[in-house]
Amino acid sequence: MRTCLIVDDSRVIRKVARRILEDLGFDVAEAADGAEALAWCRTTMPEVVLLDWNMPVMNGLEFLRGLRMEPGGAAPKVVFCTVENELGAIREALESGADEYIMKPFDSEIIAAKFAQAGLA
Amino acid sequence: MKPEDRELVAQLCAARSGQKVDPAKDYLIETRLGAVARREGFDSIGDLMTGLRAQREDRLIWAIVEAMAAGDTSFFRDRTPFDHFREVQAPELARRRGEQPIRIWSAACSTGQEVHSLAMLVDDMAGQWPDARFELFGSDLSERALEKAQSGLYTQFEVQRGLPIRSLVRHFEKVDDMWVISPQLRQSIRWRRLNLIGDLSRVRGFDLIFCRNVIGGMIEPARQRLVENLAAALNPGGQVVFGVDEDPVAGAEPLRQVEGAPGLFALSATDRAAA
Repeated sequence: MRTCLIVDDSRVIRKVARRILEDLGFDVAEAADGAEALAWCRTTMPEVVLLDWNMPVMNGLEFLRGLRMEPGGAAPKVVFCTVENELGAIREALESGADEYIMKPFDSEIIAAKFAQAGLA
Repeated sequence: MKPEDRELVAQLCAARSGQKVDPAKDYLIETRLGAVARREGFDSIGDLMTGLRAQREDRLIWAIVEAMAAGDTSFFRDRTPFDHFREVQAPELARRRGEQPIRIWSAACSTGQEVHSLAMLVDDMAGQWPDARFELFGSDLSERALEKAQSGLYTQFEVQRGLPIRSLVRHFEKVDDMWVISPQLRQSIRWRRLNLIGDLSRVRGFDLIFCRNVIGGMIEPARQRLVENLAAALNPGGQVVFGVDEDPVAGAEPLRQVEGAPGLFALSATDRAAA
């Protein structure tokens, strides 16, 4: 089964996203910050990462840059899912290697559409 | 809302726009007409219908018909027709039309997402055929939908339904909490209010017409009228894109389905010869 790693410091967001992603057929793993997520990826590289931006310890952008440096780290699709909704932030995320970008709040329709656009349909 | 009022709404929609409205769908009708009543200064939908029966004012009838016709839409909706446009139709038209304008009509464009999606694709492909001149047109029955379409302003929710993030970054600016499509794209589209079952004798010369998710919601005589109007508006070799699940022409005339392309129809051979 395809694996999606949800990286978000909000337990509620992780729970909501997990339900949506499981409905889309993903096997879901969770991490509460970038450092935890990076450690997880070093063990098992997921197919896709749903990534928050603002988190303690290591933020989403730092995680993404770190992930892309890891062996096999270019492979996962990374979909940001964040309250950051300015063009500058979106551009920075794309330039850092993000594949798609969701501005919170989100719903199942938006996640499904964005995953399809990232080639994950 | 009284059953006879819902019946009247259904009759008006059938007569004016050919739209099939089920009088039993009270929630849908009341949701749509509640907004009309507020906008027109009535205290309730009941008052709106009483006012309508008393005066039969044309403007009020159209406000009701337009409200009932409002459809759901999103950027690159159903994706496949846009992929087909980018990969097959646009290159073929660019080759065939040379320096002649390539005219594309989004016939029921609602709030503009479909024709703006086409405008983005055309802009993205601009360098591929330097001589090609694409002309885009958007029309809808609803004046209010057209106003929004022309403004090019969309909510965060709307730009996340179907629009790839790179297209958002390339073609939109953020204005407060809204997103606005670039002036260049907005100004590349010509807009007009049109009733697709009305007199369209001056609407001619299109190479490609998008008319998706309209005909499936129409009563029978209106469906035929719509097909005739669209066929008459096509250039020789032109095509109409209906919804993928729509079967618009039971008798196949004057359009025929293009094999292997669900929802895609072209002028039948005899009409093409006559055109």
